[in-house]
Amino acid sequence: MMPDSVIETHGLRKRFGDKLAVADLSLSVKRGEVFGFLGPNGAGKTTSLKMLLGLITPTAGRGTVLGKPLGDLASRAKLGFLPEHFRFQDWLTGRELLRFHGRLFGLSGAPLERRIEELLGRVDLLDAAHRFVGTYSKGMTQRVGLAQALLNHPAIVFLDEPTSGLDPIGRLLVRDVIHELREQGTAVFLNSHLLGEVEATCDRVVFVKQGRVLHEMRLGEAPSGLEVVLRTGPIDAETRTGLLRFGESLEDAAGVTRLRMASDAQLPELARWIVSRGVDLFAMSAARPSLEATFLAVMGEDQRPG
Amino acid sequence: MNFVRQLLTITHLTLHEAMRRRILLATLVCGAGFLLVFGIGLHFIVKDMMRQNGTLLMQRIMLNTFTLAGLYAVNFLTVMSAVLLPIDTLSGDIASGVIQTVASKPIARSGIVLGKWLAYWLVTACYLLLMAGGVILLARLIGGFELPGVFLGLPLMLLEATVLVSLSIAGGTRFSTVTNGIVGFGLFGLAFIGNLVEQIGTVAGNNAARYVGTVTSLIMPSDSMWQLASSQMQPAIMRQMSFTPFSPFSVPSPAMVWWAMGYTLMLVVLAIRGLSKRGL
Repeated sequence: MMPDSVIETHGLRKRFGDKLAVADLSLSVKRGEVFGFLGPNGAGKTTSLKMLLGLITPTAGRGTVLGKPLGDLASRAKLGFLPEHFRFQDWLTGRELLRFHGRLFGLSGAPLERRIEELLGRVDLLDAAHRFVGTYSKGMTQRVGLAQALLNHPAIVFLDEPTSGLDPIGRLLVRDVIHELREQGTAVFLNSHLLGEVEATCDRVVFVKQGRVLHEMRLGEAPSGLEVVLRTGPIDAETRTGLLRFGESLEDAAGVTRLRMASDAQLPELARWIVSRGVDLFAMSAARPSLEATFLAVMGEDQRPG
Repeated sequence: MNFVRQLLTITHLTLHEAMRRRILLATLVCGAGFLLVFGIGLHFIVKDMMRQNGTLLMQRIMLNTFTLAGLYAVNFLTVMSAVLLPIDTLSGDIASGVIQTVASKPIARSGIVLGKWLAYWLVTACYLLLMAGGVILLARLIGGFELPGVFLGLPLMLLEATVLVSLSIAGGTRFSTVTNGIVGFGLFGLAFIGNLVEQIGTVAGNNAARYVGTVTSLIMPSDSMWQLASSQMQPAIMRQMSFTPFSPFSVPSPAMVWWAMGYTLMLVVLAIRGLSKRGL
């Protein structure tokens, strides 16, 4: 029986000379989960991912992938990897590229050829399979890269910024493939800073900064509350205090009150109560906090440019 | 067994790359051009020799010298190929990131290094055999001359090429492509000038100059292999009288062959270590 966690790391650290790229990475990824690894540029995301794949040796710390130490050859046979920038042997045709990578996975003969055709169909490249990868558009290169990452029916697929710079169709394809992988019980380690994509695909995310996990949250679970914004006329002190029974106060500026409420069930009651207090209510809106808002809250406002 | 299969997959891919990028074609076309020029030159020299009606010994010395001149050019072209062909095979893949999807597969880094080394060694060896074989064959067909010591000389030339292929591969694991080229040709140049100093030192009876030559041969044994090869591929009389530029005054010790083999092994181990330790 396979262990529940497919990736475990404890205090992974990577230093390049004077620069500390990853300070102290401890995380766990469960079998079959789509795991989002979020952080701003320079947060050590790609370095962390490369350590998990055995491309970079950690300076300190330990970790396992599929129960084996990082970089173990046998466990790599069950990993798929789509690197950032999608750089491949551009003098091979799409089909030759998949054949070469399939052989590196130890596949050969008819099973490999069948798998190649199956994947070429899945990423919609059958018509272009005879063309050199060097003639592909960025989207096509990304699709053939995705296919090479899936040749071996992997137990974990590592995707490093898989949709950056792609058009909506390319993004949709990646999203669909991730959903299919989840259904097949394949874990996906998604390294991205495109929060919309992450929100649409991940089960759980961690926020990293300077190679440290700052925050972890599960997406798709009960929401962590609604953010309600009230635009009103002047509010007296008693009404202001009374508002707190509906939720936690986030902001109380002139004419604008922001509250965090547990659910939307109390929204009609809140509106009635304010009006009954003789306060002019100009607008009331309620929204769940976006991943982007959480990201900024966790990372701090210093992540904003300018 | 799996290791060997994956190593051969890398070899196959590398050879495929050399063919697809027309590297092999360019090498072969230039090589054919060289053999054509050599054949035409030999034809006119033989014609002139027949007209002059010199002694058989002088005719043999002239033919031997011209054939060695051809082989000297072949040796230089092989050296160029040995350094240039593999120059970016690792550094280029590392710089572009292409190596990431390869090295994350279940293949040891040593398999990547040895696979590429084998591919370029095969290309260089075939090039040397075709070119040197062509020169020797033309000498036989046009001049009716059979070069002595071929079976000792050609393996020594191949050993020189092997040293330089290994140097280029090992450099590719640590340096950028341009730096690797500078190091490869720089060391070859060092060995060349070191040998020249040693020859002059021998003629002048200057032991210090000879010592400089010996030390540079130890730092880079490539040129010593050519000196040994050329001394094998001429009759004793030519060797002893040092009639031609290809008859060294100071012939390297046969122990240099063992040194060159050990040097190659050391370079291959360094290449494997270099790529294994390197973050990709």
